Amino acid sequence: MRAALPAVRARLTGTPWTGRALFALAALALLVGAPLLFSDFRLSLLAKYLCFAIVAVGISLCWGYGGMLTLGQGVFFGLGGYAMGLYLKLEAAGPGHVPDFMSWSGVEKLPLIWQPFRSPWFAVPAAVLLPMAVAACLGALVFRQRVRGAYFAILSQALAAAFVILLVGQQGLTGGTNGLTNIKQLFNFDLNDPGNQRALYVVVAVVLGAVYLVARQLVRSRYGRLLIAVRDGEDRVRFLGYNPATVKLVAFTVSAGMAGLAGALFVPVVGIISPAQLGVIPSLEFLIAVAVGGRASLAGAVLGALVVNYAKTGLSEQFASGWLFLEGALFVAIITFAPRGLTGGARWLREALQRARSAGAAPELDPAT
Amino acid sequence: MSCEDVLLEVSGLEVVFDGFRAIDGVDLAIRGGELRFLIGPNGAGKTTLIDVITGLTRPTSGSVRFAGDELVGLREHRIVRLGVGRTFQTPAVFEHLTVLENLDLAASFRRPFLSLLRQPRGTDPRVADALETVGLTARATDSAGILSHGQKQWLEIGMLLVQDPRLLLLDEPVAGMSKDERAVTGELLQRITESRTVVVVEHDMDFLRRFARTVTVMHEGRVLKEGSVSEVQEDPAVREVYLGKRRDRATAEGVPAQC
Repeated sequence: MRAALPAVRARLTGTPWTGRALFALAALALLVGAPLLFSDFRLSLLAKYLCFAIVAVGISLCWGYGGMLTLGQGVFFGLGGYAMGLYLKLEAAGPGHVPDFMSWSGVEKLPLIWQPFRSPWFAVPAAVLLPMAVAACLGALVFRQRVRGAYFAILSQALAAAFVILLVGQQGLTGGTNGLTNIKQLFNFDLNDPGNQRALYVVVAVVLGAVYLVARQLVRSRYGRLLIAVRDGEDRVRFLGYNPATVKLVAFTVSAGMAGLAGALFVPVVGIISPAQLGVIPSLEFLIAVAVGGRASLAGAVLGALVVNYAKTGLSEQFASGWLFLEGALFVAIITFAPRGLTGGARWLREALQRARSAGAAPELDPAT
Repeated sequence: MSCEDVLLEVSGLEVVFDGFRAIDGVDLAIRGGELRFLIGPNGAGKTTLIDVITGLTRPTSGSVRFAGDELVGLREHRIVRLGVGRTFQTPAVFEHLTVLENLDLAASFRRPFLSLLRQPRGTDPRVADALETVGLTARATDSAGILSHGQKQWLEIGMLLVQDPRLLLLDEPVAGMSKDERAVTGELLQRITESRTVVVVEHDMDFLRRFARTVTVMHEGRVLKEGSVSEVQEDPAVREVYLGKRRDRATAEGVPAQC
């Protein structure tokens, strides 16, 4: 009995070296390889994809591990983006002045609720904490009432739709449909400077790494198992003495914080934040990328975000209108035929190769297959 | 607490679903250390009674007191934390987790939430003991989804064991099991009940005869009879509801081999 336990312990706590090696390899590729090989333009595109990858890690946690199909992740991305964007616009406008989008709407005096965003010490933490607070309030309401499955998905999508309507409607406060545009500087650094953009890329890549490690720690802890347990049998978890509402709330809130952080990074990388980047469709696109990569794998989610957004850039340049149909078809195909996405495919391939190898070595052992 | 004290007291319990009286005035007292069997035809209200005790179903009226606490109105996980554990008719283990992870999760339910965020180090001795008790040590690192039906049920019993509840409610623990599995489960339950208070819902009469001490018979949402196995088997009212015969004919015949 006791002899079996070291093996068990290794399985419970040990980090497989292949995982660490792959992480190191990915870090090397992103931090050294990409800056050396890519042009300024490509590198800044990659920085944008990495922002989406941060959102994807959160969605993987929330949906892949926790079973909460969140169709409103754009809201949290947007909250982070607008918090950061507002600060950057205020910084550029200078003290005593209002940002350009406000003066275009005839707003001459900075509204009181935007005052705190003049300070980076408020705006930058708010970009993460504000989405988390919204997610926590929403989650506390719905998870306690046992709203789940399709109802939760619809609710989160409705939230995304409502958020866009709010942003568009309050033109003087939010810049309306155009959003916050023409963002050129960050903490007095000129964002048009290629060197600064490259530095920003490195920051985004490091943040992605950190977010990934936080999520990984979560899924490997007892909490991570509990999250899977809630996904697979929420009612059963109650009878183990845990409150599933709390478990879901934590994952949902953390994923919102990650989306907010991604939004905050997205703004200086791309120079704009507008309702078009955070409504119903972008929220769905976040989700599709995670489905393609493999929702119950953090690395898969990152990979999916990179692959899908890369494909989107390439394909939408050639046939802009076709992309959405293609993406929709891709989503249906993945959910129907390969619910574990690219990582599931990779695992299947590896197992098939192993089977083929062992079958080659001893074909007579297993004639049935 | 002495064994004679009442641990669970159900009084004046009524459950009405859309006009249907699933439980129609049940009073029941279970003493500490008792092994009580709950039998009755389908629709008698046995599972509903368990559901009410564990907080899954809200009663229309009545009270359930457990070791001095009123359970009616508490949420499920609160009731579990007071020391009431249950199993379900179909085993509900977490198929994507390993056997060990299932047990470990069950054993960790009293940990503060923040401590769950740390990676587990080593194996809890209670978990190792439970693995051994339910005979799944060799399967510890297998995912629970590939266990047989019987093994899943044992894993579930193991998950209850590591939680160390004062009251165990088992809903048809041998349903769907093979003869051998039933025997093993019986042994397991006997060992468990030595130190705990257990209520078992069961249809299987062989199982009942082998292990039951006190039996409560339910019928149409009421307690029909309470007593030893032989008392219950000889009761004309019990035989009537089980056999669907009129009382005078049922008493005229011998004790049925199979209820």
